[in-house]
Amino acid sequence: MSDAAAAHDHGHDDHHGAPAGWRRWVYSTNHKDIGTLYLVAAMVSVLIGGVFSFMIRLELQSPGLQYIEDLQFYNVLVTAHGFVMVFFFVMPALIGGFGNWFIPLMIGAPDMAFPRMNNISFWLLVVGLLLLMTSALVAGGAGTGWTVYPPLSNATFHSGAAVDFAILSLHVAGASSILGAINFITTIMNMRAPGMTYHRMPLFIWAMLVTALLLLLALPVLAGALTMLLTDRNFGTTFFEASGGGDPIFWQHLFWFFGHPEVYIMIVPAFGVISHVVSTFSRKPVFGYLGMAYAMAAIGFIGFIVWAHHMFTVGFNVETRAYFVLATMVIAVPTGVKIFSWLATMWGGSIEFRTPMLYAMGFIFLFVVGGVTGITLANAGVDIAFHDTYFVIAHFHYVLSIAAAFGILSGFFYWFPKMCGKMYNEGLGKIQFWLMFIGVNILFFPQHFSGMAGMPRRIPDYPEAYAGWNFVSSIGAYISFAASLLFFYIVIQTLRSGEKAPANPWGEGATTLEWQVPSPAPFHTHDQTPDMRPQPAE
Amino acid sequence: MASDATSKTHHWHVADPSPWPIVGSVSALVMAVGGIIYMHTGFIWGFVLGVVLTMYTMVVWFKDVILEAETPGLHTPPVQVGLRISFLLFIVSEVMFFFAFFWAFFHSSLPILNLVAGAWPPEGIEVLHTWDIPFLNTLILLSSGATLTIAHHALIENDRDRFLNYTLITVILGFIFLGFQIFEYSVAAFSLQDGIYPSTFFLATGFHGFHVLIGAVFLTVCYFRGRNGHFKPDHHVGFEAAAWYWHFVDVVWLFLFINVYWWGSSPLGHLQP
Ligand code: HEM
Ligand SMILES: [Cu+2]
Repeated sequence: MSDAAAAHDHGHDDHHGAPAGWRRWVYSTNHKDIGTLYLVAAMVSVLIGGVFSFMIRLELQSPGLQYIEDLQFYNVLVTAHGFVMVFFFVMPALIGGFGNWFIPLMIGAPDMAFPRMNNISFWLLVVGLLLLMTSALVAGGAGTGWTVYPPLSNATFHSGAAVDFAILSLHVAGASSILGAINFITTIMNMRAPGMTYHRMPLFIWAMLVTALLLLLALPVLAGALTMLLTDRNFGTTFFEASGGGDPIFWQHLFWFFGHPEVYIMIVPAFGVISHVVSTFSRKPVFGYLGMAYAMAAIGFIGFIVWAHHMFTVGFNVETRAYFVLATMVIAVPTGVKIFSWLATMWGGSIEFRTPMLYAMGFIFLFVVGGVTGITLANAGVDIAFHDTYFVIAHFHYVLSIAAAFGILSGFFYWFPKMCGKMYNEGLGKIQFWLMFIGVNILFFPQHFSGMAGMPRRIPDYPEAYAGWNFVSSIGAYISFAASLLFFYIVIQTLRSGEKAPANPWGEGATTLEWQVPSPAPFHTHDQTPDMRPQPAE
Repeated sequence: MASDATSKTHHWHVADPSPWPIVGSVSALVMAVGGIIYMHTGFIWGFVLGVVLTMYTMVVWFKDVILEAETPGLHTPPVQVGLRISFLLFIVSEVMFFFAFFWAFFHSSLPILNLVAGAWPPEGIEVLHTWDIPFLNTLILLSSGATLTIAHHALIENDRDRFLNYTLITVILGFIFLGFQIFEYSVAAFSLQDGIYPSTFFLATGFHGFHVLIGAVFLTVCYFRGRNGHFKPDHHVGFEAAAWYWHFVDVVWLFLFINVYWWGSSPLGHLQP
């Protein structure tokens, strides 16, 4: 018995497989189980958030008020939809789910650096979700939009407890994410297998590192802002009250100082996933690896100095606006590096159009569309007309709800065999992709047109003139909803009767460490640290 | 799996399943809901229960961690590196939290950032005297940083008595600081509801004071751990973290003193646009 093993006997962590029963999940300190919990939570959330959006589209299908009489209820729907999707679907799926599952597997570590802290990150997320649901149900609900701008969110206009529930929900979810970020960064910095230098880490690891740094720096600022709003509402401070010398615009600064990095928090992990999928199914290493890594770092950095492009209509002087236009446009450069490197990776590759790859290519297309409208909106002059219209809705749904969600779906189909040990049905997967792709484009593309025609966001009724595109949009929503149901069917069908998956179902293109362990990945992996040092040429 | 266990070659510490995370999360839920009930009805006991549960969770959880730290073979040198990294990251997140409150202060006090407020300090606000208690407190906190450094060096040189004494002095200085801070609050000529000046003042200095309290408790724990023979010259991550935390709190105070108490208390009327 080696020294290490002898020393280990003094310890009390046992390596004899999973504990039985409910304790396995509730008390879990296993990165794979916690990752699975995150994915399940994300799936529950996307159903909840999806039902909200379904109701929104139902109401907007034709002009006039169809189903919703209480207009505050419409505001609550819009608010809860945004919160649930951002904080409880996209983030848990990409970061908590894939991050937990694959960071230790890819870097050759036995688990995350702090397995117990990992567990509380997850359960705090559940608490956050419960508080958020409560906020929608008490005192008329929080109808502030996910941006929670005062004065609408102050004690005068939302006097009940709803907004306080929403604030504390974000506080708790934020604490969960900060703990998670600390855990991820420590794991990546400290626990890589020997030989895996920063410049040799898989791109997904780079993506998670950048994301976790963004979380660490951005979320505490949101926590500060939320605290100020809470004391304004309940203890008589006046941070955002002009009557007391405060400034409601200041909330927007704080919120977007967090909010813009937040949008990258949701897309950078998807960048990581897409790099792996594109390289796997093109059977080529990623083109321009280092450029890809540093492009993500650059996007993360610039993401902190562009926040006021969300505030072009608040009355800045022209110099301020010029700066934020310029800084925002600069983001297009590293973003372009990524897009072209993905294309170059595919170029000349022998591409295999499996479902993950279809989703990756869908991602690239949708992200380009959303990026182009982003650059359009970054023009302060143009944005005066477009701000708060459906054009903005179209922009961020292209980059977020469909590009980031395509990133999630791509990663899910890619790694599902590794996680559950079974293969999904490829034919069904492809049908699901095309249904989803067509649905979301019918849903969101027309919103550019209604936006350009001036249709405002967050309004349940609209003039006859906008009826056509809204109807089309709603049809698209129903198709996407059907596609989502088909997705859940595929998941269940695979779990029940999928064929057994080999350790590496994707062939020589899949080179990262997770494909070298069996499928499903055993409860404990990398008990022997893999050696990643470059082999001397023979 | 059993064969895997004996052939394990990594030196990481993978913690056992633990009930504390879920207990802590439920405590947070109780605290949040209790807090909201308190703010809307004045009934405070739900909130108090949440706080007690949260503190209980911290005690039992940290007790586990301390036991593991004292068990040979668990907190190996690479694991200690991880603990240090994570604590520094935690401090970074705290810095960003204070960043928000400093921003609030500058947003109101720097005329170029603000379109709403007038002069700073706002009319009718009688500010505190920079060179009385605030300056005294600055000296106290700076000295406590020095005494803590002495304690740290004593620990490294394995001079346990000196280590314990200076840690104790640091804690006492911390509590003296807090006493003065509370006294200053009680004699201030403005209250929390008096507009933007007290809003920024009380939240920034209040959160700082709260962090002093946390740091002092952290050091108190270290003091008792030291008395029980914990910490070795080459293995004392817990004490190191407490010391880093204390220095961080120190630096935040310096920024508060210079900006809020000193620069921010002299009229800036001439800077008005
Ligand atoms: C090329 C990169 C991008 C640029 C130049 C850009 C630019 C902008 C601008 C100027 C706005 C403000 C529009 C307005 O409110 O009037 C905006 C809104 C938004 N963007 Fe982007 N964007 C980019 C990428 C992204 C990405 C990658 C995401 C998310 C994954 C995203 C998510 C959002 C969201 C959520 C909003 C709306 C927030 C709200 O008002 O509720 N954007 N974008
Ligand atoms: Cu932005």
